Amino acid sequence: MKTVIVGCGRVGAVLADNFDRSGHEVIVIDPSTRAFEKLPSTFGGSALRGDGTDEDTLRRAGAQDADIFIAMTEGDNRNVMAAQLALEALGAKRVIAKINDPVRAEAYADLGIATLCRTNLMSDAIDAYLGVPVAERPGILAPKGVHPGGEHHEATDVVGAAAAAPAVFNPAAGDAAGEPSTATTTREA
Amino acid sequence: MFVLVVGGGKVGYYLTKELIEAGHEVVLMEKDRDRADQIADEIGSVVIPHDGCEGKYLGEAGCNRADIVAAVTGDDEDNLVICQMAKHHFDVPRTIARVNNPKNEELFKHLGVDELISPTRMILGSIEQDIPVHELLHLAALGEGELELIEAHLHGRSPAIGKSPSELQIPEGCSLFAVIRDGIATPLRPDMILREGDKVIAIGREDCEALLHDQLIGEPETAGAS
Repeated sequence: MKTVIVGCGRVGAVLADNFDRSGHEVIVIDPSTRAFEKLPSTFGGSALRGDGTDEDTLRRAGAQDADIFIAMTEGDNRNVMAAQLALEALGAKRVIAKINDPVRAEAYADLGIATLCRTNLMSDAIDAYLGVPVAERPGILAPKGVHPGGEHHEATDVVGAAAAAPAVFNPAAGDAAGEPSTATTTREA
Repeated sequence: MFVLVVGGGKVGYYLTKELIEAGHEVVLMEKDRDRADQIADEIGSVVIPHDGCEGKYLGEAGCNRADIVAAVTGDDEDNLVICQMAKHHFDVPRTIARVNNPKNEELFKHLGVDELISPTRMILGSIEQDIPVHELLHLAALGEGELELIEAHLHGRSPAIGKSPSELQIPEGCSLFAVIRDGIATPLRPDMILREGDKVIAIGREDCEALLHDQLIGEPETAGAS
């Protein structure tokens, strides 16, 4: 499976390594080559320097028709734009964007993108740990609607596919002991 | 009309000023507090010193009752998000985005932004109009693709100026058949004297293009103009 990760920060690098070790064809894109230092020396995917919101860059990196496209940069809007480019112009099948603003995270789930909100994730985790009543919400907001302009049927497929998501991560996961903690964060849709 | 302008750079600043002068109700959002203060000092308390990409602040700025939202920051991704949030989350009837990368225009349109302003595209368009085209222009491929319909713009240094087609060495398998002069197309007679600014329409095999180029275009006027 072809997996594209935009943003090689801590999470992006860990994800890239996990996907690589479980046999995916991984492409990581980041504007800074220094960011790639976070990747282990065993990393077998490709790491490309460039702007992940630029269609030409994404195409040059071979990001078209990705099975999984994850936008993990520090900028909410950059992630939104990269994700929408992937979905609308590059034929990505499943798209996840990190959006730390809860309002935007919800709005874009309504527009057909699976979103992941660090603000909600962390506050929920802290509340749960302290025994404060937690809002019952998933770690990743599954896409609820399709974009009004888009006719991509994938959005509805994604919801269905989300149930079977763990299968994506399973191959060769057995030998990686340190993996589950990050895998579970993204696994559950 | 209530217009919400997001981005207090030069464009946002002058836009806000002009809109106020035209009697519109305007709110400007600028996330840099110093810049926001500076603008507020100059044009009054219409500035909200917050990030217009953030849903919460868009709401506070009254986005839900805006007639128009104009996203004019320097970042395309921000402008896209501002317009999408305005459109889909706050039901704003009209959204306008500044687009810096012309390649993003199609995506933005597709994603529901109502109007796009692309300074890059505008300047590019203006430059292309100013630069005379000195090359042969391929209009169409004919037959099985071995024939081409070609247009040649005759610039001042073209070797064909002042000559008639019969004086030119037109390669075999190629014929000049029409000329467009002052916007009017006429059949090209063998004795017609060619002038600067003429557009000569030719039909010929692909391989005679180089010869045709020598006869009608010659050396480029200035280096790099082609």
